[in-house]
Amino acid sequence: MSISLAVSSSSSIESPQARIAVESRNLRVFYGKFMAVRDINLQVEECKITALIGPSGCGKSTVLRAFNRMNDLVPVARTEGEILFQGKNIYDPDVDAVEVRRRVGMVFQKPNPFPKSIYENIAWGARINGFKGDMDQLVEESLRGAALWDEVKDKLKQSGYSLSGGQQQRLCIARTIAVKPDIILMDEPCSALDPIATLRIEELMRELVNQYTIIIVTHNMQQAARVADYTAFFMVDDTRTGYLVEYGRSDQIFMRPKDKRTEDYITGRFG
Amino acid sequence: MPGGQPSGARRPLDLRKRTRAGESVIQLLLRVAGAVSVLTTVGIVVVLIYDAFVFFRRPEPTFLEFFTGTAWQPQILRFGIFPLINATLLTSVIGMTVALPIGLMIAIFLSEYASPRARAILKPVLEVLAGIPTVVYGFFALGFMTPLLKNLFGKDTVEIFNVASAGIVIGILIIPLISSMSEDALSAVPRALREAAYGMGATRLETAVRVVLPAAISGIAAAIIVATSRAVGETMVVAIAAGAGPRNFGDWGQAVGGLNFLNPFKAAETMTGHIVRISGGDLSYDTIDYDSIFAIAFMLFIITLILNIISQWIVRRFREEY
Repeated sequence: MSISLAVSSSSSIESPQARIAVESRNLRVFYGKFMAVRDINLQVEECKITALIGPSGCGKSTVLRAFNRMNDLVPVARTEGEILFQGKNIYDPDVDAVEVRRRVGMVFQKPNPFPKSIYENIAWGARINGFKGDMDQLVEESLRGAALWDEVKDKLKQSGYSLSGGQQQRLCIARTIAVKPDIILMDEPCSALDPIATLRIEELMRELVNQYTIIIVTHNMQQAARVADYTAFFMVDDTRTGYLVEYGRSDQIFMRPKDKRTEDYITGRFG
Repeated sequence: MPGGQPSGARRPLDLRKRTRAGESVIQLLLRVAGAVSVLTTVGIVVVLIYDAFVFFRRPEPTFLEFFTGTAWQPQILRFGIFPLINATLLTSVIGMTVALPIGLMIAIFLSEYASPRARAILKPVLEVLAGIPTVVYGFFALGFMTPLLKNLFGKDTVEIFNVASAGIVIGILIIPLISSMSEDALSAVPRALREAAYGMGATRLETAVRVVLPAAISGIAAAIIVATSRAVGETMVVAIAAGAGPRNFGDWGQAVGGLNFLNPFKAAETMTGHIVRISGGDLSYDTIDYDSIFAIAFMLFIITLILNIISQWIVRRFREEY
């Protein structure tokens, strides 16, 4: 416990005028009796990229999924603590998880387009969210936003699965921004992609961050250093419970880590 | 490696082909098994075609009358297949109307909504339902469903033997088939697709009906094909509850007038029901009755074949491949 207390000081953003998009307070997630993460205090700044890094099993994906209540889909999962989204705790009993996910979108590790046409992949989410406007325009806008329009504009009726892995992932991003969320969660979005496709997604993230708050889980430290404004480093203790070690600006975390464990991890001494 | 020597150097090399007895025996066995299923099918089709041909070579039944006649009365040598096909289609359509929505709803519930405990209870119960002998279903139709229909629609409207009762019970009988095959297809849809939908703010229902169901459509269509073939081929229930003689008509005017041919509350004999009734007694070889059952069976085969082809086409047209 003493470790997490020592850490809490470094887990808030320094600059006082920064606007907070979402914030976790004493977040704990359990799978049955097993505590997957403990006491996560994390303030995520608006329109910035925040990376969650750490060794396998440190609970970074679990924390990410807590931000849009995706953990609810695991029957045995239980969440304690608070996640404040625009001042409202999304785990309050009167909060509808479906509405949370409409505001906090998600891109997954493996590209998972729907087995429908490229057009339908984008239109689907908009439609279930009650979109009434010009669908053609929204589809084009979203595909342009995901830097995919030029590659697919002549084959919108083709299956989403006809695209390459990198294109599929950008389709998934396009589909997510079509719903116009405030926050986009990305769970290792490049781990199934080759280096060139990865670079394109990273460029895209830098463009998207002008409009969206992005939280990304990555096992690739170079990626975190390249794209993220802030980085949170997680570790796992003897009971396999994950916790936050250090959180701060990415340049600080990677150049001048305050914690010895962070330093050991980013210099490749373990993990 | 101690001494830094490659291990191969110490073992003599022998790469000659070997005869592996077990391997070839198993291979032969599997090939024979495969051949048996193909040959049985071919054999059945050949016998059907041959004996149907024997029937049509007789002087009495003409090809034209077989397909356009409105009465099947072997006693006076009238062989119009329509009453039998009509009854088969009626019971099958009624059965599928009952089974398809209920079976699909059960499948969706099991795969998308049910807790592990609910599933652990419901699946075995459904399997028990599938294991009940059809003769029991037959008397369930006659002893329970028919009186129920009589109470609901009036004693005079509903005959003792009627198509509706048999059709509904056929539906109940094939519910487990549809629900368990469809559930397999739904469960096989990758979790990633569900997560994608939920992650965009889809509700459970939207995810189930608009993502999972379309993605599983080829498996569900397969379930529907099997179930339809089962409904068309179901014998015991219709033999007991649907009627003991074809619903014949004097002419087409009588059949179509007032939609008499569609009346679900009157008796009718299906193709299978007729076959089992006339072959149940002392049917002797080389009589016209004997030959006629092959002609009926051949038509039955054609119907299921056509259903198969249509549904294959539908599946190919609407498949969402993941």
